[in-house]
Amino acid sequence: MSNATPDVTLLASKLTRSFGKQTVIHDVSLQLKRGEVLGLLGHNGAGKSTTMQMLTGCLAPDSGTIAICGINLLRQPALAKAHIGYLPETPPLYKDMTVSDYLCFAARLHGLKATAVAAALDLALQRCGLNDKRNKLIGTLSKGYQQRVGIAQAIIHQPSVIILDEPTVGLDPTQIREIRTLIRELGNQHSVILSTHLLSEVESICDRVEIMQNGKLIYGDTSARMQRYGQVSGFAVSLRNPPALSVLQGITGVTRVEQMTTHEFRVLHTQEHNPSAELLTLAAQHEWHLEQLTPLQTRLEDVYVSITDAETRHAEVSK
Amino acid sequence: MIKLLALRELRALFSAPSTWFMLAALQFIFAWFFLARLDAYLELQPQLAQMANAPGATASIAAPVFNVIALLLMMLIPMFTMRAIAEERRNQTLPLLLASPLSSTQIVLGKFCGLMLFLMVLMVSTPLMIYSLQLGTPLDHGLLWSNVLGLLLLSACYCALGLYMSSLTNQPIIAAISALAVLVGLWLADVSSKADSPWHLFSPLFHFQNFNFGLLDSADAVYFLSFSSVFLLLAIRRLNNNRVYG
Repeated sequence: MSNATPDVTLLASKLTRSFGKQTVIHDVSLQLKRGEVLGLLGHNGAGKSTTMQMLTGCLAPDSGTIAICGINLLRQPALAKAHIGYLPETPPLYKDMTVSDYLCFAARLHGLKATAVAAALDLALQRCGLNDKRNKLIGTLSKGYQQRVGIAQAIIHQPSVIILDEPTVGLDPTQIREIRTLIRELGNQHSVILSTHLLSEVESICDRVEIMQNGKLIYGDTSARMQRYGQVSGFAVSLRNPPALSVLQGITGVTRVEQMTTHEFRVLHTQEHNPSAELLTLAAQHEWHLEQLTPLQTRLEDVYVSITDAETRHAEVSK
Repeated sequence: MIKLLALRELRALFSAPSTWFMLAALQFIFAWFFLARLDAYLELQPQLAQMANAPGATASIAAPVFNVIALLLMMLIPMFTMRAIAEERRNQTLPLLLASPLSSTQIVLGKFCGLMLFLMVLMVSTPLMIYSLQLGTPLDHGLLWSNVLGLLLLSACYCALGLYMSSLTNQPIIAAISALAVLVGLWLADVSSKADSPWHLFSPLFHFQNFNFGLLDSADAVYFLSFSSVFLLLAIRRLNNNRVYG
């Protein structure tokens, strides 16, 4: 794509959608820049797929606007949709076609000129590792390969925005790793939104995270910063010959010591002052027999749970 | 874009073995009926020769053959149209079309054109068979082509109705049965009512009769065109509602 295309590829503001009386999406706003991978995270039924359907024009929002590369999706759908590549939850594959025929059809469908199709097909096949399957019927491929054909279909026309709904569901671990590498690669040139409930996926490929719960976006930040959310500074230490608790508490910088077992302690300290060096010297001097000292690390899972739990409590309180 | 979708629809039809089987069986039936009519005509020929202003070969062979084909198509077209949208929905391939830069109108017209192309392939043998008679007898080209035109318009109606029924459901069989029910209902209303009853006017087959006699009536053409466009518009509307109601 040319440099003239704007940096913000997708701008959705205040999307609302209800089915019957039930409002499933409340006031969702998203922004996506070129070269960014956004992870949409949430429980089952949080509204991830519905949001994605709205972003691709498969479902009309009740209110709100969506702009793809500056083009209003609701007013000029044909123009805007040419910039979108979409992989729904179930890959939309015609099982009676061969891989290359299907991908050519998808490319033409998204407005690629007949002369440009061959080159685009080769690139997409190569990127998704489908070169040796090009003449196979899609129906005969395994689930993993079908998923790859689905991804190839979404990227063949080099769209600015790629929207992938749970792209790694049902794949084996090697395939998952390959697809993640591919998505990371795609994210360098295009903008990618992917929905998932796998936190490791977010950790490994997403630049930014939005957490969705009950149709609302409850948290949005870079994935690196999300990992630091609510992080405590401290370490776990195990001593074979431990001193009294008050001795440990007396070390400068230590705010709290919890005894886990007779030999294991959790030491929390202030962020400015890390007492581990002092603890090591003291342990050597007084023969506490230090066996292990590991910094406490918050895993993304814990962060996610604490964010969603906080939101649930908040919702209950306001009721 | 419409062409692209039409060709894809045609491919989908031809990739199913059942389509080839149906095509073969229908060619056989058409040919069988044509030969039966030809036989009957040859038997009657001595008597016809004595009549003043006797019906020619086209009127006594082509017209009945076309009439039978019209009736057969009423039952067969729902089988071909049933998968058009219902199967896309069932296999969850509809999002590919909905998320592509195609409008609902283009999707429906693409499918409609694809089906019409297929039906033309299905029917092309009939005028060819009849043209083979030209080896022995002069033909009434006007009558022949009014029949062909009538049959095309008639199948456009059936197709549009079948497509609409297919857009309502995600079960192809239900689409086929409901399209068939409507068509048979209209046909029964036509054949079972009295000569001056207004019910005749609703039936596509009734309007085909004029074409069958070689009578080009603009009222019939208007009926066919409006019947098809109403159901195509309904199908487009249904597909639009897909975006609105999910």
